[in-house]
Amino acid sequence: MRFALRRLGFFVLTLWVALTLNFLLPRMMPGNPAVAMMGKFKGGVTGEALKALQAQFGVNTHQSLPAQYVTYLGDVATGKFGTSTSLYPASVGRTVLDAIPWTLGLVGLTTILAFVLGTGIGILGAWRRGGRLDSIMPPVFVITSVIPYFWIGLMLILVFGVKLRWVPYFFSYDYTLTPGFTPVFIGNVLQHAILPAATLLITTIGTWILTMRNTMITTLAEDYVRMARAKGLPGRRIMLDYAARNAILPNLTGFAMSLGFVVGGAILIEFVFNYQGVGYLLLQAVNNEDYPLMQALFLLITVAVLVAILIADIATAVLDPRTRNAG
Amino acid sequence: MAMISVSGGPGQTGTPDPAALGGPQAPGGRRPASNALARLSSAVRSNRKAMVGAALLVLFCLVAAFPGLIAQDDPNAQIYGRSLGPSMRHLLGTTAYGQDMFAQVVWGARPVLLIAFGVGLIATSVAVLIGVAAAYLGGAWDGVLGTLTDVLLVIPLFPLLIVIAGYLHSAGTVVMIVVISLTGWSYTARQLRAQAMSLRKRDFLEAARVRGERPLYIIVVEIIPTMTSLIVASFLTNALYAVLFSSSLQFIGLGDPNLVSWGTMLYWAENNEAFQTGQALWIIVPGLCIVGLGAAFALLNYAFDEIGNPALRPVRRNRVKRAG
Repeated sequence: MRFALRRLGFFVLTLWVALTLNFLLPRMMPGNPAVAMMGKFKGGVTGEALKALQAQFGVNTHQSLPAQYVTYLGDVATGKFGTSTSLYPASVGRTVLDAIPWTLGLVGLTTILAFVLGTGIGILGAWRRGGRLDSIMPPVFVITSVIPYFWIGLMLILVFGVKLRWVPYFFSYDYTLTPGFTPVFIGNVLQHAILPAATLLITTIGTWILTMRNTMITTLAEDYVRMARAKGLPGRRIMLDYAARNAILPNLTGFAMSLGFVVGGAILIEFVFNYQGVGYLLLQAVNNEDYPLMQALFLLITVAVLVAILIADIATAVLDPRTRNAG
Repeated sequence: MAMISVSGGPGQTGTPDPAALGGPQAPGGRRPASNALARLSSAVRSNRKAMVGAALLVLFCLVAAFPGLIAQDDPNAQIYGRSLGPSMRHLLGTTAYGQDMFAQVVWGARPVLLIAFGVGLIATSVAVLIGVAAAYLGGAWDGVLGTLTDVLLVIPLFPLLIVIAGYLHSAGTVVMIVVISLTGWSYTARQLRAQAMSLRKRDFLEAARVRGERPLYIIVVEIIPTMTSLIVASFLTNALYAVLFSSSLQFIGLGDPNLVSWGTMLYWAENNEAFQTGQALWIIVPGLCIVGLGAAFALLNYAFDEIGNPALRPVRRNRVKRAG
């Protein structure tokens, strides 16, 4: 219980830091970017909305900095993120909500797939230590880990999109189709997801493989595994029930955490494929100097990660009593 | 050393076992830094991955140091025919703006390497100071510095960089170094702290304390030299992140668009739809350069893992029985 409380305290602290960063960054930057932003849409945003924006970024207001800070925290707590300046008069909340399902669908499903596949390959690699799979894995991982996400996406576009023309690589569905739960539309969405999903799979699977393999190698050297061998248990049983079951813990923790990274984890992939998720929206907001939208998205991405880490910590403590008193 | 994602940030995987990175000098007492460096360099020479990584890194450094000797053309001059294919005159052809692409690739090495080494040095220095101070001073210091490290570790780094770069508009080389360093030191700080913790109760530190040395002296002269191997590994990790982060930021247009560097080349290529206009080289070559430089840092780092943690070294087929 004390452990859970401590983790909860850390969660609150980190959330506060993220909120404060969000508040302070535009006010700290040289040449006050918020003023520049206001200057750009003179006449576009007016009345109440403009007043709200000025209050949000501390422009033309007589409030002191601490008072602005309190107002800001209150607004965030009540879910008031303001108006998007680039998509005016759309509210920031609505815009973000529209983007979330696309990211969850694409990145979420691919993350689960990468975890399942990667863990499986890692188990096999460690079990057949020194085998073909095990010897090609590490060098391949070194290479995939240094290729920027976006460049893998670009190469896939070049080969399968531009040269072979097998799959579409722009947006999440054909503009000509009307969105709806029809087989045609769903098929079209799936087609559009192939390349971004493949990109994400290639870039993330290595971590799962390597973590699983390395923990599994340590576990295989334990006495209880030797005991199981001595008892003459079938290899499959030793591999899965004895070794993998104990070795999977770090990977499970990592998985819980990576679910938090789903929301903001594929910014560049969404950018390359013009896939209208959260990451794409963030970059659009940055390019359009739409700071209210940018702030809300950064907060959303951070909160997702923090919640996932909290869950991962507590799950680890429940699953592995040894960790309860550590750190 | 798991390099995970540009967007996920360093905190995504669990922290690797610090002892694994501790390297050859983990057991035993104090060893002078020169000795430790000598051991490191001999370890590097006997490891194939390390040799390949080192060779790549030296190659890129030479290119970055003497670009004028390799490429005759001015990388910025928009004086040639537009979108020319590769030829003897233009080895990689020209861009849609009529610039020599080979010259751009060659000159583009310099800012990336500056950022890699700049961030490597600054972020690692911050990480060493904070990590070791937290571990050695303990108590309230450890509470504050350790919490600071942990908080920064879990805030998603790449979105944070995007937000900061968004406020700053075009981020040049120096700004890039400062921003990535200040946000990115926490991952390695945590590893360094963990290793310094394990050193805390050693006799040679006790001796220094009894001699009446000040904490700063003990940290700088006694503790840090014994951690050389992990510090070098931290440098490599930070440099690798810097290469990937800065290139990604430049690619999405948050760098200085007038700077000739690989990430910026990719930005202009994407803006001019290089694939659709048959200029695939404009995207392929700068990307390969980023991968090559990243691989240099990653291979060196990977080799350090193996040097420090024999359990991860490749085994021969007939020795599968004992994994530990």
